[in-house]
Amino acid sequence: MSGFTAPEIAWGPTVPVLVVLLAAVVGVLVEAFVPVARRRVVQLALTLAALAGALLAVAALWSDVARTGGTDVLGGSLVVDGPTLVLQATIALLALLSTLVFADRVAGGEDAFAPSAAAVPGSDYEELARRKGLRQTEVYPLLLFATGGMMLFPATTDLLTLFVALEVLSLPLYLLSGMGRRRRLLSQEASMKYFLLGAFVSALMLFGIGLLYGYAGSLRYSDIAAATATPNGLEGLLVVGALLLLAGLFFKVGAVPFHMWTPDVYQGAPTPVTGFMAACTKVAAFGALLRVVYGMLPGLAWDLDVVLWVVAVLTMVVGTVAALVQTDVKRLLAYSSVAHAGFVLTGVIALQDSGITAVLFYLLAYGAATVGAFGIVSLVREQGVGDDDGPAVLGEATRLSQWAGLGRSHPLAAVTFTLFLLSFAGIPLTAGFVGKFAVFSAAVEGGAWQLALVGVLASAAAAFFYVRIIVLMFFTESPDETVPAGPGEVTSLASAEAPDAAPAGSTPAPVLTAQAERSARATVTGGEGLTVVAVAVCALLTVVLGVAPSPVLDAIASVAVLLP
Amino acid sequence: MSLTHYLVLAAILFAIGATTVLLRRNAIIVFMGVELMLNSTNLLLVTFSRIHGNLSGQVLAFFVMVVAAAEVVVGLAIIVTIFRTRRSASVDDVNLLKS
Repeated sequence: MSGFTAPEIAWGPTVPVLVVLLAAVVGVLVEAFVPVARRRVVQLALTLAALAGALLAVAALWSDVARTGGTDVLGGSLVVDGPTLVLQATIALLALLSTLVFADRVAGGEDAFAPSAAAVPGSDYEELARRKGLRQTEVYPLLLFATGGMMLFPATTDLLTLFVALEVLSLPLYLLSGMGRRRRLLSQEASMKYFLLGAFVSALMLFGIGLLYGYAGSLRYSDIAAATATPNGLEGLLVVGALLLLAGLFFKVGAVPFHMWTPDVYQGAPTPVTGFMAACTKVAAFGALLRVVYGMLPGLAWDLDVVLWVVAVLTMVVGTVAALVQTDVKRLLAYSSVAHAGFVLTGVIALQDSGITAVLFYLLAYGAATVGAFGIVSLVREQGVGDDDGPAVLGEATRLSQWAGLGRSHPLAAVTFTLFLLSFAGIPLTAGFVGKFAVFSAAVEGGAWQLALVGVLASAAAAFFYVRIIVLMFFTESPDETVPAGPGEVTSLASAEAPDAAPAGSTPAPVLTAQAERSARATVTGGEGLTVVAVAVCALLTVVLGVAPSPVLDAIASVAVLLP
Repeated sequence: MSLTHYLVLAAILFAIGATTVLLRRNAIIVFMGVELMLNSTNLLLVTFSRIHGNLSGQVLAFFVMVVAAAEVVVGLAIIVTIFRTRRSASVDDVNLLKS
C-alpha cells in the first residue's frame, strides 16, 4: 500500500457554505451555554451575521469566478462556478429575509413556534411553558443547517455529496414543520407526512444513485456522462437509476406526481417555515436538477425527454386546476407553487444556455414573491377576546373568506399582497413576468414550443385565481360588516365555497372547529416590524426586477456556464 | 457464488422495504421499511464497489449508515410526539389536513 497523501483543498471557494454551517454549529453551542434570557438575541444576531457573511463571501468570489469560469474543490464534491454563486446568493438572501419572519413576535410577544415542541398539545405543561414565556430558539440553528444543505445541494457534481446535502437540508425542515405554536395537531401532522414521504423518496433516490454507480463505476457526474457515450450493455441500470434520481429531485421541487405532500405540509407548517422552504428548497432543488440534466444525463436526452415533458405538463396543469378550488390561502399558495415548478421545468427542459439564465432568474423572482407573500399571511390574524377581555390577536386567518374586505381595512397589506400575486401571475412590470418570459422563450428556442404554449395557457388560467383573491380583498364586503347575515348571503365567494364545505359533515371534530373559526374577523398586525422589513424588501425586489431586469439578467447570463 | 446474486438480493430487499412503506399502517413499521430500503442500497453499493474494484461505493455506504442514524433520531422524535398527542401511531389517524 502506498502512503496516504492528503488532498489539496482550495478553501477560498468553500467559504459561503462553511460560514453558514459553522454558524449553525456555534448556534448549537449557544443553546448550551448562553442564559435563556439572552438566547434569542444572540441566536438572531448570529444567524443574520452568518447569512450576510455568506452573501459577502459570494460577492468576493464573484469577479474571480467570472474571469476563470469557476473552481472544482475536492474532485467535484463542490463546484464553485457562476450558477453555483447565483444560487447560493439567492438562497442566502431568501434565508436572511426568512430569518426576519422567523424572529418576528407577531401576536402578544409570541413568535410562530411552540414554547416547547415536546409538550403534548393542550397539556398543563404546555400552558405552563407558555406562561413562563419559554422559547424554542433552536429554530435558528435548524434554519442555518437547512440553509447550509441547500447551498451545497446545487453546488455539487458528486452523487455522494448530493445525497448528504439532501439529508442536511431535509432533516431540519422535517423538525421545523412540526414546531407550530398554534394548530399544533396540524403542524405535527404536516411534520410526520413530510418526514415519512421525504424519507421514502430519499431512499428511492439513493437506490437510483446505487444503480448509476453500478453503471458507471463512479459517483461523479462527468464520469457518468462520459460512460453514457459508450454502450456497455447495462443501459437498464442507467435508465432506471436516472429515473429514481430524478424522482427524488422532483419530490423536492414539488413536481407532479410527487407533489402530494406540498399542500398538506405548506398548510400545516408554521407560516415562516412554509415561506422559507417554499422559496429556498425550490431554488436548491432546481439548481441540482439543472446540474443533473445538463451535466450528467445529456446523453440520455432521448430517453428522458418523454418523462420530463410529461412531468412538466402535468405539473403545470394539476397545480393550476387544483389551485382554482382551494379555500385556504396557504393551500392555494402551495398549489400555485406546484404550478410554478412546472413553469421552471420548461426552462430546464430547453437544454439551452439561455435556459440556465432563465431558470436562475425565475427562481430569484419566485423566491422573493414567495417569502413576501407568506410573510403577509403570517401577519393577517384573527381577532378575538384576550385574557383581560380586551381585543387580542389570535392565530393566522388563513380561510380565504376571512380575507374579504382586507383592502379596505388594511390597504397597505392588501396592496403589497396584490403585488406578489401579480408577480405569481406573471403580469408585466413585475419580476414574475420577466421570469416567465425568459423560461418560455428559452423553451421555444430549445424547440419545445408546445411546452411554452401549455405554460402560457396555464398562466392565463392561474391568473384567474390570483385575481379572485384580489377581487375578494378589494371589492367584497368584509364578513364583520354583515355579521348577522346567514352563511348563504355573506359574499359571492362564500357561496361559491359552499359546495366545498358541504361534505364536511363527516369530518372529525377538530376540522369542524377550524371551520367555525372562519367567521372570526381578520386584522393585520405589524408585529415587531421584522416581518414588515422582510416583506418590504421582497416587494422592492419584485418591482425592481420587474421594471429594470436587465442588469441582473446580464450579470447572471455572463456567468451562466456549468462546469462539468 | 456470482456477485449478481447479491444484486438480486439487494433488489428483493428493496422491494420488500418499499412494499412495507406503502402497505403497512403503523408509522414505526413504515419507518422500518425505509430503513430496509436504505440497507438494501448499502448491499447494492458494496457489491458494485467489489465489481468495479474501487472504493467509492463503500465510502458512500458508510455515509448512508450515518445519515440513516440521523434520520432515526429525527423520525422517532416526530413519531413519538404524534403518539403522545393522539395515543396512536397509525398513519391513517393522521388525516386532519385535507382539501
